[in-house]
Amino acid sequence: MSSLPAEDRAPGRLERSAIGGVLVREIINFSSYWRSTTFSSTVEPTIYLLAFGFGFGSLVSVVGGYDYIDFVATGTVATAVLFSSIFPAMFGTFIKYKFQRTYDAILAAPVDTEELVTGEALWLAMRASVYGCAPLLVGLVFGLSPSWGMLAVPVINFVAGYGWACTGVAIAGWLKGIENFNYVTSAVITPLFLVAGTFFPLTGLPGWVQALAQLNPLFHCVQLVRHAAFGWEGWADVWNFSFLVLFGLLMWRVAIAAMERKLID
Amino acid sequence: MSSVAPALELKNVVKNYGPIRAVNGLDLVVAEGSCTGLLGPNGAGKSTTMRMLTAQTIADEGEIRVLGHELPGDSKAARARMGVVPQLDNLDTTLTVEQNLIVFSHLYRVPSSQRKAAIERVLKIANLGERRDSKVDELSGGMRRRLLIGRALIHQPQLVLLDEPTVGLDPQVRQELWALIDLLRSEGVSILMSTHYIEEAERLCDTVTIVSHGTAVAVGAPEALVTEHAGRDAVEIYGSPERLREVEGEMAKEGFPTRRTGTSIAVLGLDDAAGRAPAGERRPANLEDVFVLLTGEEIS
Repeated sequence: MSSLPAEDRAPGRLERSAIGGVLVREIINFSSYWRSTTFSSTVEPTIYLLAFGFGFGSLVSVVGGYDYIDFVATGTVATAVLFSSIFPAMFGTFIKYKFQRTYDAILAAPVDTEELVTGEALWLAMRASVYGCAPLLVGLVFGLSPSWGMLAVPVINFVAGYGWACTGVAIAGWLKGIENFNYVTSAVITPLFLVAGTFFPLTGLPGWVQALAQLNPLFHCVQLVRHAAFGWEGWADVWNFSFLVLFGLLMWRVAIAAMERKLID
Repeated sequence: MSSVAPALELKNVVKNYGPIRAVNGLDLVVAEGSCTGLLGPNGAGKSTTMRMLTAQTIADEGEIRVLGHELPGDSKAARARMGVVPQLDNLDTTLTVEQNLIVFSHLYRVPSSQRKAAIERVLKIANLGERRDSKVDELSGGMRRRLLIGRALIHQPQLVLLDEPTVGLDPQVRQELWALIDLLRSEGVSILMSTHYIEEAERLCDTVTIVSHGTAVAVGAPEALVTEHAGRDAVEIYGSPERLREVEGEMAKEGFPTRRTGTSIAVLGLDDAAGRAPAGERRPANLEDVFVLLTGEEIS
């Protein structure tokens, strides 16, 4: 209609209005399920934190120079980010593609796959940024000392969450059936989750495992959060952060390629 | 045909899925402001064609122009001015009627100053004003379908694609939707509607393109197609299956096209038959005769 001024301009790529439309859909939908999601995204890492913190904490009081509960509180931030981004991305993408056929409707609108994936990942990253702070807050209640660096944690969470969300979308895009998600969870996510320095420092592990951990984005996220809380470590943190940014950019393109393959035939 | 550029035009479009050719050199035109029916049996390539018009399926060969935009390259601009009603309901079921419309007003970039008015307009068209706060889960099948159509109109599109809009609905609901589609038509919106319900095409479409195995086998106004392919009247002959087979053979010898109805043989093309017309139940020929004649009976 002539009343729409945007009509005459040729639309470009990654338009704000298209990504915004995808975000609005997620935000309005969120209003109908936020309680359950918030519950699971915050209670789960808190339980990990309390169980490991007090369980192991009674055996080991100091790890890597930190109180064990402080060590775990900062470590589980990364876990909370991982769980609250990669799983909703995997399942949400698959459900919206296959069962609800939401993506058919969105792609019939002036939204391209690239914008769809970007919008979904941004939304999950925002959520993960907030949910990831839960263990830190619980930690503060149990004696973690507040520090200015902690204000950077939501930013770290956002960047890591964006990468994990894109990873989840890419997995949903590559796999044919939802039952195959089990392979990914067991073979990829669980090892990443355990070999990241969350619950125990990697220094006790064989050298090759430590080397491999350098490729684990979760490890870099754990390092950054810990340093944000206990003191930055200069170039090491620049590297950690750069790694997360690169991880996010790489998985963003991989997710778009996977979804284009799936959605456009 | 008017001289105005068509709302939508496909030229010699081909789409293969591995060894299967779903669309095989399809030509299709939707004249500006007209309602065109894409009529064909299941598997004729209707849904693939519909998906190609939003560039969710990319053609292997041929040209597609939608509202003056070349596809797939320029498809986003076309999509901005086009409304799509999918065959399968993909509303957000945990959201209310109004929330669904809000979401689509954003996806279709309705300016924020016009958003409220756009939503009210659609609620009125879809006759869902009183159910605006109901969750989609709580709506009847007919209401959901009306919302699905209304949702596609949120940005006042110039062209609306309807993919089997009344499939699986009872006759009352179907009539309701026909009235709604007729309203759009009267407002000058160009419509492409795929269907395999003959009556739907007969009632709503100015032009019908009959597709079979991915190719257009006939194009024209419904009445014109009937006259051209089936003649004014059809004669239905009943009998045992053996008898029906005999009749088919006899009529083929006489040069009359026939089509099976399941319970009888309808003999067509009798306009010039004079005394050679067989005895049987005479009735006006209809679009279904043409449809089955052109798409139905080849043994594949």
